[in-house]
Amino acid sequence: MEPLTWTGTVGEFLDPVTFVLGILFALTVTAQIVLSVVSSGDRVVTNPDGTLSSAGGAYGMVSMGTRWLGTSLIGLALLYIVIGAISGPTGVGIVGGMSQQLIPVWIALIVTFVVSIKFKRKLGLYGKLFDSTVGMIGFALVMFWVFAGVMAGVFDWITTFDSLSQVSGMKNKGPGTPLFGAEDGEYPWYLLGGDNLARDVFSRLFKGAWVVVQIAPLATLFAFMVGITLGLPAGYYGGKLDTVLSFLANLILAFPVILLFYLLVTPEIVATGIPNYMATVLFVFPLVFVGVLLNSRYYTQPSIRTPLLIVVLGIMGWIYLSLISDSGTKVNLLPEFLDLFDIEGGILVVFVSVVFVNAPTVFRIVRGLALDIKTRDYVAAAQTRGEGPWYIMLWEILPNARGPLIVDFCLRIGYTTILLGTLGFFGLGLESESPDWGTTINTGRQLIRAYVHPLLPPALSLMTLVLGLNLLADGLREESLKD
Amino acid sequence: MGLFILRRLGVMILTAICLTFIVFFLTNLYPNLEKLAKTQGNFRMSEEEVQSWLEPRGYTDPMLIKYGRWLGVAPGWVNVAADGTVTGKCFTEDTPVEERPTFCGVLQGNWGTSLVFQDDVGSLVATRLAATGKLMGFVLLLMVPLSLLVGVLAGMREGSGLDRSLSTFSIATTATPEYVSGVVFIALLASSKFGISPILAEWGWIDGRTLFSGSATQAIDNATFANFTLPVLTIALYGMGYIARMTRASMTEVMTAQYIRTARLKGVSFGNIVMKHALRNALIAPFTVIMLQIPWLLNGVVIVETLFNYKGFGWLLVQAAGNNDIELLLAVSVVSVVVVLITQLISDIGYVFLNPRIRIS
Repeated sequence: MEPLTWTGTVGEFLDPVTFVLGILFALTVTAQIVLSVVSSGDRVVTNPDGTLSSAGGAYGMVSMGTRWLGTSLIGLALLYIVIGAISGPTGVGIVGGMSQQLIPVWIALIVTFVVSIKFKRKLGLYGKLFDSTVGMIGFALVMFWVFAGVMAGVFDWITTFDSLSQVSGMKNKGPGTPLFGAEDGEYPWYLLGGDNLARDVFSRLFKGAWVVVQIAPLATLFAFMVGITLGLPAGYYGGKLDTVLSFLANLILAFPVILLFYLLVTPEIVATGIPNYMATVLFVFPLVFVGVLLNSRYYTQPSIRTPLLIVVLGIMGWIYLSLISDSGTKVNLLPEFLDLFDIEGGILVVFVSVVFVNAPTVFRIVRGLALDIKTRDYVAAAQTRGEGPWYIMLWEILPNARGPLIVDFCLRIGYTTILLGTLGFFGLGLESESPDWGTTINTGRQLIRAYVHPLLPPALSLMTLVLGLNLLADGLREESLKD
Repeated sequence: MGLFILRRLGVMILTAICLTFIVFFLTNLYPNLEKLAKTQGNFRMSEEEVQSWLEPRGYTDPMLIKYGRWLGVAPGWVNVAADGTVTGKCFTEDTPVEERPTFCGVLQGNWGTSLVFQDDVGSLVATRLAATGKLMGFVLLLMVPLSLLVGVLAGMREGSGLDRSLSTFSIATTATPEYVSGVVFIALLASSKFGISPILAEWGWIDGRTLFSGSATQAIDNATFANFTLPVLTIALYGMGYIARMTRASMTEVMTAQYIRTARLKGVSFGNIVMKHALRNALIAPFTVIMLQIPWLLNGVVIVETLFNYKGFGWLLVQAAGNNDIELLLAVSVVSVVVVLITQLISDIGYVFLNPRIRIS
């Protein structure tokens, strides 16, 4: 079988068009940047300082050109994807093959966007996101990886091979190489080539997405729970408590992250059980948070509060215990039959260290917000009504701090993704055959000067995911400032 | 002001002590010591042999005493062997008895010996730090002017096309961690089979096989454009976006101020307004950001030095941490903590000097 080209037969007439348009687009963008410094056109624009300046003229022409060329480039990209999804690798080569494998993701993305845009007025801040182009682009990038990760990890769609299976003769083969000795029922190509252990780069890429999609948001959520539970009282009460907690937070922040990772994640330290003890402490915070949250709300209605707390804390406590107790480590509290799940080796350690690194920053943000908001009138009103301090913190201050916190949550998931990649890059925590992006970059960089194809896909994927999260945060910030 | 600095220095020392104790504690846990004994002695040691290796060297003493020894406030260990030879932390066998000091720790200027490099930790850290200083210097030289320029240009006309393209650029750089941009740079610019180097070589525009070198090992003694550009660019790019965005935010705020409007109404040209009125006030906030960014650069330095095999401070950190080289690791963490805390102090003090509206009481 012939090796696949990037864009196949369709590419033969589409590629030159794309190439020309791309060059024109680059030229106009450069011209636009240069002209916007130099020129003053003939259309009048109001500046934020109340003065007027003019646009239009040469600048206006160029910016219109940029817009049209940009739109047509996006249209062309969609064309590749659509034709590719229909005709597959025989029509549009590697791009087509990938597009066809990703059909479930495309469908999920389209459904999400159509439904969200349709009902965007009823969806609050999430709906408003669809008013900002930047926010929509970011959301699309993030959801692409979320859908792809979940579908590859849970349902085993998308991927063409097992992420660990090695096929002889496929070592370091370039993208689009037909499978050596392919049998019926096997996917006939390595779409993005094979790595130095002859595994399929394409399948590993999406399996790796699942690792990231699993850990990053959850770790960020835990970091937020820790940060909020400690930051609110620190900001609200102030005094000694604040001094001690802030000192501890600054202590952790003064640590170089990589040194901390090395100290926490090496096998010798894992053997002492320190990460497990840290997990025991850090994972209590969601329980404390939810417990206090519900208790302060329904404190005056014991008939609701008591059963609610028992059920919620009971379930969370069970999950907590099965999370931290793991046969074979130092923390083994639950007997085997009660243990719901065991976290895969290494993942718990990685999870704990990422939460530990992120929590102090969240603490500082929440503390700052609490310091600011506690001077507001509605807090004084609540105090006059005789509400308890935790009610004020969790039901008066926290909801009013949600805007900046949501924005920071998005940014922080991106940062956590980068941290996970850093851990993988130094070969810490996750096993060496783990398909996650950082580990793949680490194993690929030994041969970087000879073979770049196993290395670039995870690198670019990580970049697009983090970029998407940053754009999403930017869009959210813009929209939440509009009210 | 003096009192403020004194208090900050006190907190600094306390932080440094706490942090080094944490590092000390983690590196001196028994599994780590066992590994140390086995790598220094031999790998097939039994439990008892490990014990008898560790005990005369003071490793089995209580943690606080060991930490005090490292710090130089507790007397160093002295051990008399069965045959009467006396060994100690502070002296060798050849040292005359009357010259043997009791205390030898960091306070006495003795940073210990690196077990991996078999060298004095103090001089080791100093040379590596100098190498990283060179890298950081170039990074700052590239990063600071460029990010300020990007930020000022984007912020001077908020919402314009220029602003949008530059803001997108800075978001993109903050979304690209060093290990991604470094890898992409090497692939595009320093690979002999991929990217633009083969094309340029075919056209005869470059002498060697690649445009840039993917390894910066040579750059320690002899930094050239070819071997030093990529590491510097990789670190600078990741740090740039954040500074640029902060500069932009500060610049847009200044541009909406009343005195800028007054200047506009007086008929001052736009260029003059930006250069003479806006810029000075807009650059106060970025100063703090730049200072606080330096500790973050340290992270990038570790990644880039590993990726490009540049044997500087970050490389030393990885070697020390990877091999559990206790005393080297402690020295490395002291240095990095001091860097973090000093930059914080400078940014606080500098902010007060630059912004006369703020007074520290």
